[in-house]
Order: sequence, then structure tokens, then C-alpha cells
Amino acid sequence: MKTAKQPILPKWFYQLASPKWCYQITGMLLPLFASLAIALLITGFVWALLFAPQDYQQGNSFRIIYIHVPSAILAQSIYITMALSGAIGIIWKIKVADMVAYTCAPIGASMAFLALITGAVWGKPTWGSWWVWDARLTSMLILLFLYFGVMALYSAMEKPETAARSTAILSLVGLVNIPIIKYSVDWWNTLHQPATFTLTEKPAMPIEMWLPLLVMVVGFYCFFATAMIMRLRNEILTREKRTAWVKKLVTEIDR
Amino acid sequence: MIRIFWAELHKDLLLAYRRKGDLLNPLLFFVMVVTLFPLGVSPAADFLSELAPGVLWVSALLAALLSLDNLFKADFEDGTLEQLMLSSESTYMIALAKALAHWLTTGLPLTIIAPLLAVMLFLPTQAIPTLVLSLLIGTPALSLIGAIASALTVGLKKGGVLISLLVIPLYIPVLIFGASAVQGATQNLPVTAYLAILGAILALSLVLAPFAIAASLRVSVSN
Repeated sequence: MKTAKQPILPKWFYQLASPKWCYQITGMLLPLFASLAIALLITGFVWALLFAPQDYQQGNSFRIIYIHVPSAILAQSIYITMALSGAIGIIWKIKVADMVAYTCAPIGASMAFLALITGAVWGKPTWGSWWVWDARLTSMLILLFLYFGVMALYSAMEKPETAARSTAILSLVGLVNIPIIKYSVDWWNTLHQPATFTLTEKPAMPIEMWLPLLVMVVGFYCFFATAMIMRLRNEILTREKRTAWVKKLVTEIDR
Repeated sequence: MIRIFWAELHKDLLLAYRRKGDLLNPLLFFVMVVTLFPLGVSPAADFLSELAPGVLWVSALLAALLSLDNLFKADFEDGTLEQLMLSSESTYMIALAKALAHWLTTGLPLTIIAPLLAVMLFLPTQAIPTLVLSLLIGTPALSLIGAIASALTVGLKKGGVLISLLVIPLYIPVLIFGASAVQGATQNLPVTAYLAILGAILALSLVLAPFAIAASLRVSVSN
């Protein structure tokens, strides 16, 4: 008694898997995320820099938190996104997922770099030195190394399909390692303040400081979505350049 | 399944034994890198004894790293690897045997020679058993994790530096707990917690790494 195999996942998942559909859907989503990103980032910046109260110890220098924390959060989320879409690419052999993983790597690396730089700039007035071998700084540095490894592996491989599968394995291994690295470094040395954002607990910051930070974090996520979609659409066009629909699209634009 | 494991292990060890020069290289590298530290930093005994746990662990890690490049190379080039992947045997067991053979030919000799270098670096005597024990637990994990990167890069022409880039971030937890255990032992602190975590990392990599190695080998061979 065999029945026809039902698809396990919802229909839109399979539609997104087709490069053509994905190009069209992301084309519709792009203006939404772009305008959200611009609106939220401008609101967040103005609120954070002009209206949020000063810190009673750190004065105005604490305001760099409004870039530091969102970029640090993003660096971690983008790694997870990259590893999971790589896994989807391996398991269901979906080209678009491979491309998402590929587009994530440089964005994530730049976010990790931004978090380190802003951390250094913040560390100078607060701790008195640009760099401290503190647990969180170190694990962010290691995360940056992991991104570099993934990017180096991408550039060493010639065929995009094998590059995608290899880097997906590497980023999954990295994903298993991230908590281990995090706890090992935490044990090893700690100077940094505990996490600013937790989902379960009441924030330690006053609400006037915390709300603009929330706006910035959401704005950074929208910015990531915008940047990722733009890179993804480019990547789809480059890799699918031999298909009829891309040819048609390109010639239509030419006219 | 067990048979292919022993057959693969036997083959790899026999090949390593036939090329004794390759067997010695990581050891010599270990000794030479350790020698560089007194020359480059300071030969003072009290300074070196403070530095010794870190230096020994970092050097052992680099020696293990350096030998990774050849882990699958020969088998890949003469087509053995392809046949192994095509066969119906368990790739998990093959990967495990390869990693174990790598440890027996690099990690274990490094562990055995480490006490000698520890004496040369004036590591306090009471820390030497911990050093040996931490290397004994830590280096198999290094072999297992390193084999993943080796399997990923085996098909590439420029594998050498790339392997280091991929592996070093993944080696950091092992280094932290290994060196901390030895550091603790020099100050007569309890070290069982560090060794237990090293053991946990080893157990985790023993179970999970062969999957990643086998998957990577399949990608590399199909390329």
C-alpha cells in the first residue's frame, strides 16, 4: 500500500529553490528590506547619538555600543545562517541555498571585523588599551578566523558546486565548534561585561538606552537582508547566465 | 565494518613504517620549534619554566598540523581513495582508521618525546605526568579535527597553507584546555576538570569527526 510521497516542506520552500523564482521573489522583497533598513538605521542613529542618555560612568563613549552590539550579534547570526543554508544545500541539493551560503560569508566577516574595530575603539577609553585578551574579543576574533577559513576555501576551489559542498561541511564543523570555542575562551579569561541582550531576562540597561539599541539591531538585520539579497541576485544571474530566462532578462534591460 | 577498520589501519601503519623518514619529520619539527623559544625569547630557567606549558602545546599542535597535508594525499593520487569511496565498506570506519593511523604516527610519538623537551624547558617535574596525559588525550582530537580539513583540501594543488587556515581556529579549544591543564599542574592545582573537558572534546570528535571526514572525502573524490 504505497501512496504518493507527500512533500515534507511547504510549497514556497520549493519555489525559493528555483533560481528564477528566487530572483523574482527577492526582487519583490528587496525594496521592503532596503527601506526598512534605511528608516530603522537613521532613526536608531539619531536616537542613539542625540537623545539616549549618557552613561553615568563612561559618558558619551558608551554610545559606540549602538554599532558594536548589533554588528557582534549579526556576525554570529550570519555564521549560523551560512552554516544552515550550506546544510540545506547539501541535504536537498538546492543551488540557491549554496548561493545564500556563499553570499553570507563576506558580509559576516565584515560584521565580525566591525565588531572588533568598534570594540577596540571602545576599549581604549574604557579599559585603557586598544586590545585586551578578553574572552569575548578573542572568540569574536576566532569567529573572524572561521569566516576567513570559509572564504579561503571558496576561493581555492574552482567548481562552484564542489566549493559549496566543501565549505558547507567546513561551516557546519565550525558551527559545532562555536559553542565549544565560546565556553573554552570564557573559562580561559573574562573581563568583558556579560551579554547585553538576552531573550529571557529583563535588560540591565534603562529602557531609554535599550530601545534605540533594539532599533539598531533590527535595522542591522534589515541591512544584512538587503545586502544579502543584492549579492544573491547578482550571484543567481552570474551562475545561471546560460539559462533562457536570464538571457531574456538581460536583453530586455538592454533595449 | 570492523574488518575494514583494521585493514585500513594496518595498511596505513605499514606504509608509514616503510617510509621512516616521513615518520621522523613531525618529531624533528617539534624538537626544532621548541628549541627556537629559548633562542628567540630567553634562556633563563625561571622564565622558560613559566613559558613551557604553552610552548610545548603550541609546538605539538603545529607539528600535528604540519603532517596533515600528507594524510590523504598519497591515497588520493594513486586512486586508492576513489576505490575506497566506491566500495560498499563503511566510509565512517575508513575515516576513523585514517585518523587513528595519523595519531599513531604523529600524536603518539610527540607525546612520548614531550617529557624530554619538558626537561629542557625546565618544566617543573610534577607537571610532566599531566603534560603527557593531556597530550595523550588532546592529540587524538587534533588528528580527528585536522583530518576533516585534510580531506577537504586533498584535491587541491595548494593545500598546505589553506589547511592551517581552516584548522587553527578549530584547534583553539584543545590548546586552551591542554595548556591550562599543564599550567595548573605547575602550580599544584587540581587538573582533572581540564583533562575531563579534553576527554569530552575527544569523545565528541571521535563520534562526529569521521562523518565530516567521510563527507569531505566524498566531495573531494567526486571533484
